[in-house]
Amino acid sequence: MMKPGTLILHVAARYLVPLQLVFSVFLLLRGHDEPGGGFIAGLVASGAFALYLFTFGATVTRDLMRVDPRNLIGVGLFFGMISIFPALIVGEPLLTAQWWDIPMPGGGYLKMNTPLIFDIGVYFTVFGSVMLMLIALTETEEH
Amino acid sequence: MQLAVLVIFLAAALTPWLYKSLDSRTSTILAIIPAALTVWFASYIPAVASGEVIVHHYDWIPGLGVSFDMVLDGLSLLFALLICGVGTFIVLYAGAYLKGHENLNRFLVILLSFMGSMLGLVLADNLITLFVFWELTSITSYMLIGFNHQSADARKAALQGLIVTVGGGLALMAGLIMLASAGGSYSLQEIFNSSDVLTEHPWYTGMMVCLLLGAFTKSAQFPFHFWLPNAMAAPTPVSAYLHSATMVKAGIYLLARLQPELGGTELWITVLTSVGAFTMLTGAFLALRNTDLKKLLAYSTLMALGTLVLLLGIGTELAMIGFAAYLVAHSLYKGALFMLAGAVDHEAGSRDVRDLGGLRKKLPVTAVCTMVAALSLAGLPPLFGFVAKELLLESLLDDMFSMVILAMVILSSIFIVCVAALVAIRPFFGEFKAGKDADQIHEAPAGMLAGPVVLVVLSLLAGLVPGLVGTFFTLPATYAVAGGEIEGYLSLWHGINAALLISIASIVLGFILFKNWDKVYLQLRKLDPIINRGPELGYFKFMDGLVWTAEWQTRLLQNGSMRNYLRVIILSFVVITGYTLLTRYQLHWNFDLDVTFYEVFAVLMLVAGAAAAVLTSSRMGAVAYMGSVGFFVAMIFILFSAPDLGITQILVETLTVILLVLVLFRLPSFSNISSPLDRASDAFVALLTGALMTLLIMVTIDVQMFEPISDYMIANSVPLAQGRNIVNVILVDYRALDTLGEIFVLALAAMGVYAMIKFNPKTAPGSNHHAGTLILPPKHIPEKDIVHSLEEIHQRMLEEQNIVPADEIEQEALDDEDLERSADAEDEARNATTGSNPSMTKKNAQHDGVHDYSDYEEGTDKDINPDTNEPHKGEPKP
Repeated sequence: MMKPGTLILHVAARYLVPLQLVFSVFLLLRGHDEPGGGFIAGLVASGAFALYLFTFGATVTRDLMRVDPRNLIGVGLFFGMISIFPALIVGEPLLTAQWWDIPMPGGGYLKMNTPLIFDIGVYFTVFGSVMLMLIALTETEEH
Repeated sequence: MQLAVLVIFLAAALTPWLYKSLDSRTSTILAIIPAALTVWFASYIPAVASGEVIVHHYDWIPGLGVSFDMVLDGLSLLFALLICGVGTFIVLYAGAYLKGHENLNRFLVILLSFMGSMLGLVLADNLITLFVFWELTSITSYMLIGFNHQSADARKAALQGLIVTVGGGLALMAGLIMLASAGGSYSLQEIFNSSDVLTEHPWYTGMMVCLLLGAFTKSAQFPFHFWLPNAMAAPTPVSAYLHSATMVKAGIYLLARLQPELGGTELWITVLTSVGAFTMLTGAFLALRNTDLKKLLAYSTLMALGTLVLLLGIGTELAMIGFAAYLVAHSLYKGALFMLAGAVDHEAGSRDVRDLGGLRKKLPVTAVCTMVAALSLAGLPPLFGFVAKELLLESLLDDMFSMVILAMVILSSIFIVCVAALVAIRPFFGEFKAGKDADQIHEAPAGMLAGPVVLVVLSLLAGLVPGLVGTFFTLPATYAVAGGEIEGYLSLWHGINAALLISIASIVLGFILFKNWDKVYLQLRKLDPIINRGPELGYFKFMDGLVWTAEWQTRLLQNGSMRNYLRVIILSFVVITGYTLLTRYQLHWNFDLDVTFYEVFAVLMLVAGAAAAVLTSSRMGAVAYMGSVGFFVAMIFILFSAPDLGITQILVETLTVILLVLVLFRLPSFSNISSPLDRASDAFVALLTGALMTLLIMVTIDVQMFEPISDYMIANSVPLAQGRNIVNVILVDYRALDTLGEIFVLALAAMGVYAMIKFNPKTAPGSNHHAGTLILPPKHIPEKDIVHSLEEIHQRMLEEQNIVPADEIEQEALDDEDLERSADAEDEARNATTGSNPSMTKKNAQHDGVHDYSDYEEGTDKDINPDTNEPHKGEPKP
């Protein structure tokens, strides 16, 4: 559908995709305290690949992603689901947020928590869903 | 007791595994469970007989007042014993009857599930629990009737049974809810113990009608009786168990259960006696018209069910005693008779009484058992059936209730004597007749005979010592039905009284009728046209009406036009919300605004974007304008310090535009396909919605009904959820369950889009020029897929194996092209005829200009599974 070979888009896509992906992870991790979060981060990540998709087409994008978007959805739902169970083990109602401070070398603490796991699940589900639709649509266009 | 029910379901769940290692012996092993439960329930007999009521508590959904309490009183115990006791033999019988059947394991699973449901039904104290089990029995019954699912008749009968009983179940649910509201509790025990008099409650009539509808449909009372004889399409063990001994008595059980609380009013007595008596007579009369052993028994079951309802309706003490006795007697002999009929069918290869005869030498045990059971059916001493029938007659005479009812009872007992004789004498005496050769017929296996023998012996024993049976089984049940202890006894010999004389007379007359049955049968056949116009016709008419209504409302509501859907949704929203707004709140005119210039700018751009999107003549332009509207909404979010929403909005807008561009790329160029009038009405709807939203916002600014929840969230987001971004905290912590649901919906939506695009080449964007209309594309079946004859199939097989040179295939290909060409021509002709619809022709014209039709055809042939490649059923109706 897109005319291939626009130089600016080619170059921009190559450099923007990794930047956008890093930015999406950044948004995901800071989401609990600052603007961001899994949903937004997932949209940013799919935006990155959407750009790539428009520039290089579905086959190349699939190749770059390495993972089938359908699997991404599965992974996302899996993360979403496992985040609800730790509360059960502690004996609290399902989905109660659990926080663990894991000591790190150097004296700091890593704030590990179930909302983050849940957010990662949201991230992958959104990412996978959007990419699934986009790639599927693009593939029909290309035929 | 909860455990007792659970164990049966557990056994049902484990059956498939057992079956793998045990094969047809599974049923023998499984029979242990109901047998053990029978013994366990029997251990409660002394306690219950002394008037004790045993209650086992277990909470199910305490928040809604739904408990899993189970109560064992006389009535429950009687039913529990029947269910488990008869169930034991039925499981054994099924193992032998369906030996070698490929779906025996499936059958046992459903049979056991039914047993568990039925047991739960009679033990449940909570009305909701009772209803759940009630429906479970309907569903399992459906699956059991339709067990031979290859037979269209069985499927039809199963569906009929399901619709009638579940339809009644709906009424029952309404009745139970009314009962609970009126009685102040969902617990039966509490309703009974409360001092409220339900019979004087204003809802009494409505409640009673609903409950009776439920009970009458389940227990196949006139005019809902037709499903029961049809249910004989089920395998015999099912007929013996569900459709005579247990399930059809669920309605009777419910009536008996509610008798102390709801019974005794004039309405109750009138309805129950008249419906019961009429069902009794209808059942007995219709039985005479049948020659199929199972149908004969099914109609006599109708007669028995009618009698039970009649007895409940009469409601005197004697009638109550008679009720419990009749219930036991019927379950014993009818279960046995069905199993024996199955044995005859199984061994002699037919169950038409006209085709059977002289089998007593070949099937001695079956013959003896059948005769004894039939004596009980006919009500002859010294069997328990006689005791029960004497009580029925006495309770009628006792009251001088109504001569009409008495006459109906006498008439139906004459008929039923004839039926009993037909069942017991025709197949076993006279000259030899059978569906098989004489030397192939031999006695049924032990598993099939164990049940009938035991049940028949029990019938006999119970008839010989009725006093004992009365004390331990039927009288405690009677107490539960009557709502207190009553004086009474059961005995075989009541002296020479009117009841005995009536009995003797009816037996003699019944036997005379039997002698002349062949002639009577031919006469009765002449009545067919009248009987075929019975209530069953009503059922069929109802079903037709249902389909017609469904079609009509689908055409009206689901007509496939997106614009129509949107209009309906939006207008309902406007009307409902607007009505509430105007009736509950006054209109607020709040123009007291404090705005900055950049807010005004954003709003103006928003309005301009929306107006441009409406007025533009390019589809791409509309998408872009809509995108700009979205971006300005995002800007407003950011201006009002909601950066998260702003970011999300921008991202979603971006992706929406991308998606739309991908989808719209192939659609024909934008054109006005609606008339100015349509557009005006659309504009009106849009403006109306906008106005409503404006008014709503003005009201929300002024009216503050609740303390906003956001304060709580802001205050607690750091201490409780350790996060400063409240939007995110809401998403992943406060409302995490909602978000979990949402990501699943999102995943499903993505899968749906994927499936639509990938798996159906016709609905892929751009390939279906009929998109959005109800008209399906014409389906062309390639000539090579049309089979004209067997020779052709043979020929093709030869070609495929390269036995015949493939030059004929080329010829076929040419034919194909011809066909396609003619199909195209046909299509064009169709377009010309549908020319009155401007949108159609335009789209088609567009399509023809853009695409090559053969592409589309090729795609179809390549991608569609040949199995589904059948002619379209959904050809559009003009």
